[in-house]
Amino acid sequence: MEVPFVVLIGIFFAAAVYLMLSKFLVRILLGVAILGNAVNLLLFTNGRIVREVPPIVPAAFDHQVAVTANPLPQALILTAIVISFSFFAFLLVLSYRAFQDLGTDNANEMRVAEPAADSAPPTGY
Amino acid sequence: MAAPAASAIDLSRALVLTPPALADWLVILPVAWCLASGAILLMLRKNLRLQPPLAIAALTVLLVLDAALLWRVVEGGPVTMVMGRWLPPFGIAFTVDLAGALFALSSALVALAGGIYAAESIDASGRRYGFYPFLMLLMAGVSGAFLTGDIFNLYVWFEVLLISSFGLLVLGSEPKQIDGAIKYAFLNLIATTLFLIAVGFLYGLFGTLNMADIAAKAVERRAGLPLMTLGVLFVLAFGMKAAAFPVNFWLPASYHTPRIVVSALFAGLLTKVGIYALIRVMVMLFPVEGDELSVVIAAAAAATMIFGALGAIGQSDTRRLLGYLVISGIGVMLAGIAVGGPGGVGGALFYALHSMVVMTALYMAAGMAGRLSGAFDLNRAGGLYGRTAFFSALSFILFLSVSGMPPFSGFWPKVMVARAALDIGAWWLAGTVLLTGFLTMIAVGRVWLLAYWRPAGAAATPGGDDAIRTSAILSLSVLVLVTVLVGLFPDPLLRQVQQAASGLVEPSAYLNSVFPQGAR
Amino acid sequence: MNTVIFRTLAPFLTALMLLFSVFVLLRGHNEPGGGFIGGLIAASALAIYGIARGIRPVREALWFHPMTIAAFGLLLACIAGLVSIFAAVPFMTGLWIYPALFGVEVPLSTVMLFDFGVYLVVVGAVTSIALALEREDI
Repeated sequence: MEVPFVVLIGIFFAAAVYLMLSKFLVRILLGVAILGNAVNLLLFTNGRIVREVPPIVPAAFDHQVAVTANPLPQALILTAIVISFSFFAFLLVLSYRAFQDLGTDNANEMRVAEPAADSAPPTGY
Repeated sequence: MAAPAASAIDLSRALVLTPPALADWLVILPVAWCLASGAILLMLRKNLRLQPPLAIAALTVLLVLDAALLWRVVEGGPVTMVMGRWLPPFGIAFTVDLAGALFALSSALVALAGGIYAAESIDASGRRYGFYPFLMLLMAGVSGAFLTGDIFNLYVWFEVLLISSFGLLVLGSEPKQIDGAIKYAFLNLIATTLFLIAVGFLYGLFGTLNMADIAAKAVERRAGLPLMTLGVLFVLAFGMKAAAFPVNFWLPASYHTPRIVVSALFAGLLTKVGIYALIRVMVMLFPVEGDELSVVIAAAAAATMIFGALGAIGQSDTRRLLGYLVISGIGVMLAGIAVGGPGGVGGALFYALHSMVVMTALYMAAGMAGRLSGAFDLNRAGGLYGRTAFFSALSFILFLSVSGMPPFSGFWPKVMVARAALDIGAWWLAGTVLLTGFLTMIAVGRVWLLAYWRPAGAAATPGGDDAIRTSAILSLSVLVLVTVLVGLFPDPLLRQVQQAASGLVEPSAYLNSVFPQGAR
Repeated sequence: MNTVIFRTLAPFLTALMLLFSVFVLLRGHNEPGGGFIGGLIAASALAIYGIARGIRPVREALWFHPMTIAAFGLLLACIAGLVSIFAAVPFMTGLWIYPALFGVEVPLSTVMLFDFGVYLVVVGAVTSIALALEREDI
């Protein structure tokens, strides 16, 4: 069961890295989103995949009665999803603002903070 | 649902049944306090007059809490508190040892100084967009990262401080800030994602996320596990967070863009969290892999130091110059980690504490200097010494301290790192540390000569703002006083730092604090 | 998007979804559901209202600024954890009380308070992001 997941994670990582190597913000943003999903799948697979019942204690018992799926990776993934979702929202707003203010979504042309023609410091008084 | 009936299960194997001592709450209170006061400040963010006094009071309480925590740890060793009564490794544990408590205390000091500095320097728009709430949330993230004993929890606090730093970075939303924020945000997000990947593999290998549990299990199960891969991932992720060469380019691209007090706080807090995490993971959790990677870390350290210092020499904007000095300081800490042992790690810890205080103060001084002379550009600045001798003297002390001159706080950690490097025969690393001090001296010496000593002649723009703000000079003086006192009387801190380092190299006290009955 | 049918239907849909979000929030105690997912449902309800009627009506209907709601949720969650200091148990331990309201036993707990906090944080944060994205000049 793990092997197809591992292949899938590899494809996700490859796509994410390919997109992030672009110099256009929107593609980088998509790459980051895919990277987040790749990591979530990786966490899920690392928790060992068990095709059993959900990890909920049945009523009238106070402990698990059967082999259940591992709940911890799910909790980790939920946390990671929330975080990557909020980051995606922030980066989306930021990229949109950058496009409005800087007039470009090409990272190479964003030279406002670090101007290309920067004066050297004086060598004497 | 009725009240649960008495259980037949032995709860003592899963739950903490003895009530925790009241002092143990000090472990969790800094974080909870920051979150709660940040929430209250966020609700009051329309009330501009009330924000600074409330925030400064909250940060003072945080400083007291962290000081009490440090005192508790110095007296009684590492302290642990678990969330929701669940015994470790099932519950999330907050564990503080000496290193964490020292970092938390100095981060609180830096934040308090930043809060006071901002009282007059952050304008109304900055406050309305929530400088102080974001500052409190940033401190929640920073304190949480220093105090937690669970590696996934560490990731969560990294994200908390990252998202608050985004908020602080774009305060004012000038095009320059947006540009800087784009580079900062994307590269830091990739770094934390690398960290998360490493955590995922760590969980897959060990089935636990509690750091004490991992440290204990790594000793038994080292053979056959791909821990070296993990180590490389961690070094890359934390190196990126700490701005180590060659993954440091986000820092000079962004640190000079925000409000000066935000730059000061970032320079003092953010990269040091990366260093702290690197020490925690590579020294405490995976010492064997850390040793094997030490050549790589040492090479990165030397390159970080040299390129940081050279970058500083090549800058004409004082804020960008300081950004490169932050990087070269990170190099010294990395050198300490690479050398290892109580001496090297202690030197790295000491240098991190020194760098928190001094880099924050330097950015504040640069902000005041820029305001007084009307420009951050060295080509146009000048005449500061003639105008305010006191402020110039404070700046001069900071310049000496950052280049590692005695008798200020930068001197002792550099001695520790250099001596530890010579002890293991890494003379080239020790030489690089000394050379970096020399290059840093050139960079800041030139700032001194051009911006302070040079008479305000034709090249310098007259004008700017004449008045020195009380809040700014107060916070700057406090930080300078700390670096002078630590420089003159280094013994108490040296002892604590060495003990903290030996607690990291030999973490049995940490493990005992989490598992009082011995490892499971 | 802005048809008469949608504009007429949207308030009812919003009300229904808000009610459902509270149901999911309360159900999340022992069954699937909870504050996070409930908060997302409530936020999407408000987003629907915003798409149909515009930003201003949403802000007026909420009364408080979304960030204030999120901050209050954060404060609630903190308090839920800190209550345990008075019960001499570690941080975030679930504490229960069973008061009888009108003859019905109502189990209340700090866990539920925490979940309410999460709900409010999610509603506030997601709504403020959605409103910011909807507006042209962010």
